[in-house]
Amino acid sequence: MSLTSLDIARIATLARLQLAPDESERMLGQINGFFDLVETMRAVDTTGIEPLAHPVAAIEDITLRLRADVASEPNNRDANQKSAPAVERGLFLVPKVIE
Amino acid sequence: MSAELHQLGVAGLAKALATREVSAVEAAGHFLKRIASHQALGAFVAVDGDVTLAQARAADALIAKGDAPALAGVPIAHKDIFVTADFPTTAGSRMLAGYRSPFNATVVQRLADAGAVTLGKLSCDEFAMGSANENVAVPAVGAEQAVPVRNPWDTTRIPGGSSGGSAAAVAARLAPAATGTDTGGSIRQPASFCGITGIKPTYGRASRYGMVAFASSLDQAGPMARSAEDCALLLSAMCGPDLDRDSTSIDRPAEDYSRTLNGSLEGLRIGVPKEFLGDGVAPGVRAAIDAALAEYEKLGARRVAVTLPRTELSIPVYYILAAAEASSNLSRFDGVKFGHRAKDYRDLADMYGKTREEGFGDEVKRRIMIGTYVLSHGYYDAYYLQAQKVRRMIADDFQQAFKDCDVIAGPAAPTVAWKLGEHGDDPVADYLADIFTLPASLAGLPGMSLPAGFGEDGMPVGLQLIGNYFAEAKLLNAAHRFQQATDWHARAPEGI
Amino acid sequence: MSDPVNTFEAQQEGRPTGPLVQGYEVIIGFETHAQLSTASKIFSRASTAFGAEPNTQACAVDLALPGTLPVMNKGAVERAIQLGLALGSTIAPRSVFARKNYFYPDLPKGYQISQFEIPVVQGGAVSFFVGDESKTVRLVRAHLEEDAGKSLHEDFIGQSGIDLNRAGTPLLEIVTEPDMRSTAEAVAYAKELHKIVTWIGICDGNMQEGSFRCDANVSVRKPGAKLGTRREIKNLNSFKFMQQAIDYEIRWQIEEIEDGRAIQQATVLFDPDTGETRAMRTKEDAADYRYFPDPDLPPLAIAQEWIERVRSEMPELPRAMAERYVTTHGLSAYDAAQLTQSVALAQYFDAAVAAGAAPKLASNWITGEIARRLNAQDIAIGEAPVDAAQLAKLIVRIGDGTISNAAARQVFDALWTGEASDVDAVIEAKGLKQMSDSSALETIIDGVLATNEKNIAEYRAGKDKAFNALVGQVMKASQGKANPAQVNALLKTKLG
Repeated sequence: MSLTSLDIARIATLARLQLAPDESERMLGQINGFFDLVETMRAVDTTGIEPLAHPVAAIEDITLRLRADVASEPNNRDANQKSAPAVERGLFLVPKVIE
Repeated sequence: MSAELHQLGVAGLAKALATREVSAVEAAGHFLKRIASHQALGAFVAVDGDVTLAQARAADALIAKGDAPALAGVPIAHKDIFVTADFPTTAGSRMLAGYRSPFNATVVQRLADAGAVTLGKLSCDEFAMGSANENVAVPAVGAEQAVPVRNPWDTTRIPGGSSGGSAAAVAARLAPAATGTDTGGSIRQPASFCGITGIKPTYGRASRYGMVAFASSLDQAGPMARSAEDCALLLSAMCGPDLDRDSTSIDRPAEDYSRTLNGSLEGLRIGVPKEFLGDGVAPGVRAAIDAALAEYEKLGARRVAVTLPRTELSIPVYYILAAAEASSNLSRFDGVKFGHRAKDYRDLADMYGKTREEGFGDEVKRRIMIGTYVLSHGYYDAYYLQAQKVRRMIADDFQQAFKDCDVIAGPAAPTVAWKLGEHGDDPVADYLADIFTLPASLAGLPGMSLPAGFGEDGMPVGLQLIGNYFAEAKLLNAAHRFQQATDWHARAPEGI
Repeated sequence: MSDPVNTFEAQQEGRPTGPLVQGYEVIIGFETHAQLSTASKIFSRASTAFGAEPNTQACAVDLALPGTLPVMNKGAVERAIQLGLALGSTIAPRSVFARKNYFYPDLPKGYQISQFEIPVVQGGAVSFFVGDESKTVRLVRAHLEEDAGKSLHEDFIGQSGIDLNRAGTPLLEIVTEPDMRSTAEAVAYAKELHKIVTWIGICDGNMQEGSFRCDANVSVRKPGAKLGTRREIKNLNSFKFMQQAIDYEIRWQIEEIEDGRAIQQATVLFDPDTGETRAMRTKEDAADYRYFPDPDLPPLAIAQEWIERVRSEMPELPRAMAERYVTTHGLSAYDAAQLTQSVALAQYFDAAVAAGAAPKLASNWITGEIARRLNAQDIAIGEAPVDAAQLAKLIVRIGDGTISNAAARQVFDALWTGEASDVDAVIEAKGLKQMSDSSALETIIDGVLATNEKNIAEYRAGKDKAFNALVGQVMKASQGKANPAQVNALLKTKLG
């Protein structure tokens, strides 16, 4: 299978990337080059195989650790917003959100 | 003794500092000078003498009190993928230019608690995506704009990636050791290309808290130094459970990897997968690896043939999983809470699109696109889920192989370091070069690379050792005994 | 006549499964977001307290600062188990957290951590009364997820301010089958669910503050036809608006169809000012959330022992309590349901009975006089000026014939208005004691008989009315203190 420039446009929109036309063109070729490699993987028979997420789960059961419900984070707003592009009265500013 | 300070490794420096032959301030000052005089390598993206010397003075105070921790006063540098409170953190990306983290990565903090002094931040591929350290978007120290890192053994060549700055800095003796991260080989491959020693522990052994996330199910931190002995010292400090901060961190007590370095290799079964020595391997590399294996046999080890039949599949599996996870992990870079925001935009959608278009480099965008595509509606099962299933098959292949051997050995990369720009505009060429490091990454196994001589054009070749889960001590032991019998790891590039 | 029953057979045979509106059958399903009453957030240690200064309760993890990772709050899981037990659901021994990827300024990571394929709570049902008819709504699932932040549009021209204090607050999203057939059923379901979550204490139920938010999926169809296209009314944060919004939506959809326009699937908001619903601006790629298991969070495992421990600590649920009232106190199912509207009300009733009040009378007073006064003053039972002990005393005095019901009302009013606090004291002060001394009563009766020949004659002629008139005269003459039963008896004997 191979992607079309329509796929590239759709994915770029999903990923919020405003690609330049020539960039999309180049990317289409490169990504299709990669997906040629992927065909071999798609062909593998994986019937009855469990997916592996946390790699160590290959040898032992890995489950979620739960922490006690304690609120202990101090207010660190100033440090946390130090690198924010636009802040006013403690709020992050963005172009108007229309619902 | 200041002149030879940079010839000492971590162990040597720690000893000299503890016995007060040299002060932490002297040591830090010496390396800061070397960093300043080797800026052409482009290894460092951030240095701050005041911060470094302040840390050094604090270390000297501890030493004076006589209750100094293991690495008190030892200067090291951190890959710029670890967030640090005292230095900016960019992950090599315009997106984070000038970003200041309010906290230290757990690994950085653990090393600081062990007494280490920070020399600065090291260049890496943007968001750790790359095999050549050519995907850098932030200026190196002393450079006007972004530059690729150069290999100290031949400055017309790449140092490998993504921890290329770490490898180059250690090879050029700009730091006795550095931290790196390995998602698909980013510690082992540059270590191999720059003739140094580096180890990636078992997934979950080192905390991922404070590592700018690339691929969550693959990212691991590890040390890069000149010898296995030095790596053991650093790894012991870096690893251990981080139960409060990282849900994937394994609840196993930290280990002292130095204790077992000298164990005998008598009867050690070294499995060599035939897939690791196929036609794709450069003759010079193959010769070096064969010689290294022969050396091991002299040390009492036995060479056994094993097979990892899905080695080639690890390339598509890895690039599907890593891209998918990255596409999601990088969604937080939207120009709202931190980092780059485009100057002019019509509305919110336009701000998102422009900010991310400007903030990310080509390779990062490529992987975001691939990852977004494979997760998009109707493709998840065919790509991500299928990749996770083949991933388990690859992990099972290793368990099969470890029935017949104690460690697995082969080249860290099929070739020596290539020329800057040689892979040009063909990312797939880079992907293919990762073939020998990807399998252990997918299986989450510990792996390391140690200097094993030289191949084509006199460039370093790294021997990769892969152990079973939590077998870091065995790997370091095997590497250390090899380094007791050889001096490849002690060789320095011309003019260093 | 009662409404048609919503049975599988009815659906198969195309009979109406609910009351018809202009010949249309209404189909409603609910998705409710209940904020859990934990101290800290679901994946961070920041406080969940409502109303803090903007972003002062948004820690590094909540802001998705580079390098941060989620760590699961046990309290949130415990509450999910409690809900599952309360609704007779299956608690999944293993459930999985997934990433729901989309860009929005109030979503710091660019994805919401939620549960997709395998939720923690599966199945179950909510039963309640609509009027005096019992109704059951089946649940599909309830899953754990994190809340988003808030966008504030008012204060800034052309811009929105983002407050992430709410980001990361634990939520249970509770999803029903499309089992509701009228606005009345929908509102009754929402009220019952609200009662249960507050009863077991997993949610404070504060709808104004957004702790309990309902989305209603509404569609209409001709009986027997396939399901119509649904529109989702978002964020209904009061039962009153819920009623108005669903009523409006039903009428709107029927008009559209009658006018030959097809219903387009949409998400709509209710505007309390206009009383209308309007479609939200739909994101063009809203459909493609690219769900995949969160690699930062291993599967959530819940052991049977844990479930049993939680079960043993659960309070008696309203339905069990209501059944107990019916069986042990002989109350009607309806009254029992009324008394179990809230824990406080049920506790008030239990306390009154414990203090000696006849259950039936206590029930009548609480669901009658007291409920009326509470509504009138818009206060909760906890704030009622008459406590359970006082009510019990009053009921005892009615029971032992000390006062009549009429007198009891006067006493109650005095207690309620705070005029007095002791029942007997009021009876004494107001001279409301019933006359039990028969000789005194006889004198009065004789007096009345002596002056009412006309009534006596009519009574003898068989007119009951005349007898009642005589009773009235006697009561009047006794200033209401005579015991009506006694008066009846004595009159009958005297009139032979």
